[in-house]
Amino acid sequence: MKISRLVVQEIAHRFVNFVLAVIGVSIAVACLVASVTMIDAGEIQSQKLVAEGKTESERLVAKREKEVKDAGKQLNDEMRKITKGLGFNIVVLAEDEDIAAFHAEGTPTRTMPQEYVDRLAKSPIVVINHLLPIVTKKVEWAEEKQTIVLTGTRGEVPQAHRDPKKPLLDLVPKGKVVLGYRLHHPRKLKPGSKLTINGRELEVVKCHPERGSVDDVTAWVNLEEAQQMLDMENLVNAILALECNCATVDRIAEIRGEIAKVLPGTQILERGRKALARAEARNKAKKTAEASLKAARTSGEQMIASRQANADQMIASRKAQANVLVPLAVVGSFAWIVLLAVGNARQRRGEIGILRAIGMGSRDVLVLFLGKALLVGLAGGAIGYIVGYLVGTGYSGPIDQSLFDLNWLLTALLMAPALSAAATWLPALVAAGQDPAVVLQEQ
Amino acid sequence: MLISLDHITKTYTGDAGPIVAVDDVSVSVEAGEFVAVVGPSGCGKTTLLLVAGGLLRPENGEVSIDGTDPYSLSGEQRARFRAEQIGFVFQQFHLVPYLNILDNVMAPALVTGETSARERAGILVERFGLADRLGHRPGQLSTGERQRVALARALLNEPRVILADEPTGNLDGDNSEQVLQALKTFADEGGAVLLVTHDPDAVAFAGRQVVLQGGQLASSES
Repeated sequence: MKISRLVVQEIAHRFVNFVLAVIGVSIAVACLVASVTMIDAGEIQSQKLVAEGKTESERLVAKREKEVKDAGKQLNDEMRKITKGLGFNIVVLAEDEDIAAFHAEGTPTRTMPQEYVDRLAKSPIVVINHLLPIVTKKVEWAEEKQTIVLTGTRGEVPQAHRDPKKPLLDLVPKGKVVLGYRLHHPRKLKPGSKLTINGRELEVVKCHPERGSVDDVTAWVNLEEAQQMLDMENLVNAILALECNCATVDRIAEIRGEIAKVLPGTQILERGRKALARAEARNKAKKTAEASLKAARTSGEQMIASRQANADQMIASRKAQANVLVPLAVVGSFAWIVLLAVGNARQRRGEIGILRAIGMGSRDVLVLFLGKALLVGLAGGAIGYIVGYLVGTGYSGPIDQSLFDLNWLLTALLMAPALSAAATWLPALVAAGQDPAVVLQEQ
Repeated sequence: MLISLDHITKTYTGDAGPIVAVDDVSVSVEAGEFVAVVGPSGCGKTTLLLVAGGLLRPENGEVSIDGTDPYSLSGEQRARFRAEQIGFVFQQFHLVPYLNILDNVMAPALVTGETSARERAGILVERFGLADRLGHRPGQLSTGERQRVALARALLNEPRVILADEPTGNLDGDNSEQVLQALKTFADEGGAVLLVTHDPDAVAFAGRQVVLQGGQLASSES
């Protein structure tokens, strides 16, 4: 017979004592495993929440980015359209143009080759855009006996190094005319009406509302037709342009310098600062869009940070609970096993006395008790792990991945027998050390 | 000389002061001898038996079991010495309640670890008429059967000495005779038996009796 058989037989004989001890160990292990499982679950859930928050935030930011981009684009386009009426603010005039006369008359009187505008368009110049060649002249509208400004335009000339932009002014087709307010209103002309200007029959395509400027007495026709009507073929007397949103302080000097390289001798005028307002408005729109986007990003980051903080708080709370619960459970379990072991040793006093009398050494008695303690620990560790795992996963709610951790199972199966053996050690030592003669005499 | 107790003195310390349980007692038992120790209750019979069994160290005197002083050995060595050299039989049987009969008989083999123990246990339970009770637990046996189990356990390791403390105290006539006969047979086969008893019938089985009175040796007669 071996001591192991004695251990097993004793467990079977005093099964309630064994079960009570196993329950004690199970509770301690279950508390530990449940706490660890809940903390692990919390961390996984936290990571998931934060990841979801990031995805959601990124989605929102992307959505907002698109909205802002679309809105910005729309705003930009609208601003462009709104501000087109403000007119071009750069005028390229012929070398011999009398600027004083130009200011006095409101229209240029000298000409330059139409080829200039093409040269300008093909150049890599970046300080201006929206090139619009015109030929314009005050003439007497013979049929109506009225002085008008006849302006020919062919629409914007695309710059070779830029992406084509939507023209600010549409081309006036041949045979058509666009009329200022003072020309169409008194005569009740409408789009589709026919009229004759200095012998050339034209059809009205558009009637401008009153602008309170020279535009009100201007008739816009196709550039080529205007050149013919004014006897200025292949000539223009101004190239209108819009200055870019240059960062330079002395913008006009920079523009003059650039254009002089392409069209030496021409004169450059900056007409008013209206276009600057337009650029500023565009910048403002851009800044507003950027601020909105930044706010969306900040909001997303705050949402992620908030989720992370909540998750951290939840984990910290679980850890705090575990820090109290687990030591309490371990100490309680330890005390419980000590009590059971003391009771068991007392119960077995006579048995141990006779076994010692017939030759069993104190070490064998220790083995007898500690062997049982190890079995209690193993059973308690296994049951405690299962219970703790179930409680932990149940309490944590649904989770995508398994929380099973082999290391914690092994820890439970090693720690529980160690706890049980440690708790049994002293009672076992007392039992092993008892004097068999005393026991036998007592009985 | 298998058992030699030479000028043994053993004192207990109680609330009322020291009590001399055994006072300068010398007893020896030869191989093949069956000696009964008799005397009134409290005369020190059981104390003398425990001293002889290496379980209770005396203040004075020398103990020798088959030439070895058990008290000169370490605790673990003395336990093993008891398992190999001495068989104990008690009035209360002291069987392990959760082991069946066979395991109780084989309990001393826990220490020696002999592989032939099961075979010897089988022979002993057969000899004591317990073959049909092997799977039973002590609680399921009669008192006579329990004492026979205790006797079989005492004989398992083939000791040189048997120390018996009132082994017939709880038994009826037939069972007592059976137990005493077994002890006599053991002695006849070359062992030494030291029997503590009140039972006159038991004394009749002994070849010699030692009378204790107040812890002292009153007489020793064949």
